[in-house]
Amino acid sequence: MDELCRRLAADLDAAFPDLVDALASDVYSGLRRLAGADEAQDLTQETFIRAYRALSQYEAERIRSLRLRGWVWTIALNLGRNHARDRARRPTPVELEDRFGVEDPEPADEAAWDRRLRSLPPIQRRAVVLRHVVGLGYDEIAEATGRPVATVRSDVHRGLERLRTALEGES
Amino acid sequence: MTIEQQLGRLRRPAPPAVQPTVELGTGLVPGFSVYEAPVGEVAVVFTPRGVRSVRLVEELDPQAIEAKPPRAWGDRIRRALEEGRPGNLPLDLEGVTPFRRKVLDQAATIPKGEVRSYGWLASHVGKPGASRAVGSAMATNPVPLIIPCHRVVRSDGRIGAYSLGGPENKWKLLRYEGADPERLEELAAAGVRFVGSDTTGIFCVPSCRHARRITPEHRLTLGSLDDARRAGLRPCQICEPVG
Repeated sequence: MDELCRRLAADLDAAFPDLVDALASDVYSGLRRLAGADEAQDLTQETFIRAYRALSQYEAERIRSLRLRGWVWTIALNLGRNHARDRARRPTPVELEDRFGVEDPEPADEAAWDRRLRSLPPIQRRAVVLRHVVGLGYDEIAEATGRPVATVRSDVHRGLERLRTALEGES
Repeated sequence: MTIEQQLGRLRRPAPPAVQPTVELGTGLVPGFSVYEAPVGEVAVVFTPRGVRSVRLVEELDPQAIEAKPPRAWGDRIRRALEEGRPGNLPLDLEGVTPFRRKVLDQAATIPKGEVRSYGWLASHVGKPGASRAVGSAMATNPVPLIIPCHRVVRSDGRIGAYSLGGPENKWKLLRYEGADPERLEELAAAGVRFVGSDTTGIFCVPSCRHARRITPEHRLTLGSLDDARRAGLRPCQICEPVG
């Protein structure tokens, strides 16, 4: 990522596609869990378009010192929040519940995992998704969410505890 | 498998459309869309900032991605192609020098169905005598049809060269707009540069819509500005004829 920062600072247009390539699946995977499968692609695209616009305004020095993953996630989470606010102002179809229940608790069973994740308080859910679906470090989550590292650590920990309890309740 | 591992398996690759959509949305890669024009199908190439070029489909930049232009533009591309002027269509002409941009903007003022010469264009951008520089600005016009370089003819009045597929397309476009290129070419061959009226005392470039209203018995054909001056005529304020 440091190498990518250096290249972005040196020639933004040439290096930017590599930034998208490096982080698109991160952002998409996280937004898919946090904003839903229907919106994730749109929001992922918008995240990178805004990232490009921001970078094109930054001085080279500022780009070199960015912690890219956390920074990109700051943008993605902001969009997700605005998006949720927009959604709140208009009617939305009722989400289809998983009709097959939990007979097959395989990790591939996305709907079941989404239901479990949705049962978490939003801050814990966000922390768990960023840590374990996306694979961000605690410091990167702290940067993206503006919460202290120790608090993020406990958000993740408590989220996982709740998921464990939920899973035990299912079996 | 631990919960952490199971969560890790929820990771998904980004859909393949993400990368091209971002490249289009940032303007890093231009988009293109194909339109019907009097010269056949043309590709209009654009970024989020505006239209960047108009090309024959077979000469399209292979890097461009087929795309829908920004919805906010409505049907401005179609209208610009039909009218032969940009109107309120945004243009993204980065890399065009300020002088050439000025020449392009001036060319965009030539009315549909009329022509002006390189010399006229040079005078109207404040560089009389810079016909050659004006000629190369036209030859490198990135947005033919939208900036109507087909309405700019040689200083002797002949139709001349055209960048979008050659001179036959220039003739085709002028005919389509009702400019009668055959007649313009005949006048040029006969040395006629301007036409005047002995009733109004005004002289015009031959394709000016006012010149076309002059009846044959009152029509004066002029080979030069001096001829016009000697005949006591004043220049039309619409077409502003110059040497």
